[in-house]
Amino acid sequence: MMTNYGNRITQGQFSFLPDLTDAQILAQLKYALDRGWAVNIEYTDDPHPRNTYWDMYGLPMFDLRDPAGILREINGCRSAFPNSYIRVTAFDSTRGWETPRMSFIVNRPRHEPGFRLVREEAAGRRIRYTIAPYATDKPEGERY
Amino acid sequence: MPSDKVQAARSAAERYRPGVIPYRDMGYWQPHYQPLDTDIIALFRITPQPGVDPEEAAAAVAGESSTATWTVVWTDRLTASEIYRAKAYRVEPVPMSPGSGMEPQYFAWIAYDLDLFEPGSVANLAASIIGNVFGFKAIKALRLEDMRLPVAYLKTFQGPATGIVVERERLDKFGRPLLGATTKPKLGLSARNYGRVVYEALKGGLDFVKDDENINSQPFMHWRDRFLYCMEAVNRAAAATGEVKGHYLNVTAGTMEEMYERAEFAKSLGSVIVMIDLVVGYTAIQSMAKWARRNDMILHLHRAGNSTYARQKNHGISFRVICKWMRMAGVDHLHAGTVVGKLEGDPRMVKGFYDTLRERHTPASLEHGLYFEQDWASLNRVMPVASGGIHAGQMHQLLHYLGEDVVLQFGGGTIGHPMGIQAGATANRVALEAMILARNEGRDVLREGPDILEQAARHCTPLRVALDTWKDVTFDYQSTDTADYVPTATPGT
Repeated sequence: MMTNYGNRITQGQFSFLPDLTDAQILAQLKYALDRGWAVNIEYTDDPHPRNTYWDMYGLPMFDLRDPAGILREINGCRSAFPNSYIRVTAFDSTRGWETPRMSFIVNRPRHEPGFRLVREEAAGRRIRYTIAPYATDKPEGERY
Repeated sequence: MPSDKVQAARSAAERYRPGVIPYRDMGYWQPHYQPLDTDIIALFRITPQPGVDPEEAAAAVAGESSTATWTVVWTDRLTASEIYRAKAYRVEPVPMSPGSGMEPQYFAWIAYDLDLFEPGSVANLAASIIGNVFGFKAIKALRLEDMRLPVAYLKTFQGPATGIVVERERLDKFGRPLLGATTKPKLGLSARNYGRVVYEALKGGLDFVKDDENINSQPFMHWRDRFLYCMEAVNRAAAATGEVKGHYLNVTAGTMEEMYERAEFAKSLGSVIVMIDLVVGYTAIQSMAKWARRNDMILHLHRAGNSTYARQKNHGISFRVICKWMRMAGVDHLHAGTVVGKLEGDPRMVKGFYDTLRERHTPASLEHGLYFEQDWASLNRVMPVASGGIHAGQMHQLLHYLGEDVVLQFGGGTIGHPMGIQAGATANRVALEAMILARNEGRDVLREGPDILEQAARHCTPLRVALDTWKDVTFDYQSTDTADYVPTATPGT
């Protein structure tokens, strides 16, 4: 079990708050769409903090401007991957940004075992650290 | 009738007759000069000595910061001296309230040809613009207020090694300010105890912990010990939370060789960030920025020492100029004021600093102390850092004044929490996330902030305790570095 605040992985903008309700998610989606950002839904069963490329649930919704439509997609992803991490990102294509401007988790596995810290002792008291999710000991798709 | 050529030769002979003539007659005062797009322009605030007229004072500043010496020299005639002379082209009295009893001050605009400067060297720029002239007897006080830096010149600088965009991508943190804390007490902790503070704060919810400016390698804590224990803390906290965490390892040292050695050690331990102090000097900062770019490292700069010359309005260098120089020099983080904390910072001035660090282009805005339009020529954005006397109860004000691309550093406001360091960090993180959520929902956070915090504290005891502990703490003193121009209120608004 994770021993930090909330006993959960704290990636994303809102992991320290109670899970967002659908109404709260809609308000965040509206904020992104009002700024012209494209919303993307991604899921994974490898929550390593350097796992950049979560799997995309379809393409970024460049042309979908209705928060309710995006929430339907989120719920579709939740039914397809109920025990995965799912995050919503909002991408800003403005020159000089061209990067996500929002990212928050909207679904988690029922149980979050967290990470093993592996220390490899080296010369001169140096230690090489590696972080490994306990879940990734199992193959993709069988982890949670 | 003598020809034009003969006439010109005669007046040149006159101009170069050995002896002393006023600077304004040497060619350093040119009220009709139109600055070129490629000119560097400096705006000075001049307090002339009694009896020195402002145009002569401005010409003297132009002269002494470019080609002039106190007397006429014939060797000027071996050069294209007309081009190399800086040109004071505009002088205006500084607006002052009548009857203030202050000595008259003047703004002077001075243009410099681009070829007066070595490409890619802040040291060379500084040696020219602030090299000699601040001690010049004919002026009583002098302040470098602002500079316009041409795109052609900016393109000779690397700029921030990482920049806001790539820093966020590397850390996988978007859409909210980053949270940090400076380890306290600043001095005296052993490395083992120091790492304890780092671990607790990061596990509790901060993104970064920071060495203070004067933590280098003292008898109570050798730098290698600090680096080893801090990286243990960083990695433990990353495993406990599933987030990328960091500690700004201060590599400031007595020599460049020692700084490189410390930075290499930090890299070998897997640190994502190193830090230096402004007092190491412009050249050392540029060297470390190049090192950081080569080694995929974020470079944090603490502005140690800056208030010795940036705070008083009549003499020194405005911090907005330091912001510009540091963006060119290539740092990724720079302490730039909190507005509400314990250190100097008028809200309008601080906005000017933040815009200078973060925007691709800044329009001239006198109320924010920005005298020139500035195109940043795609130099990366610098992440401003707000540090010094701030706490969770001010989260709405911090977000309102500083925006989301900023590192908010709560040192005492984390470590001083009655329930412990982890709880202090958690209080700050919960307050921050609640405020971002509310802002994005369209709520007026400046007005509703206290309610939003109260509501968030219902599901978070550490935040409840933080709000109760620091609810009455404010640092409400008059700023010394304020705007000379205030916006006129539009009638009816």
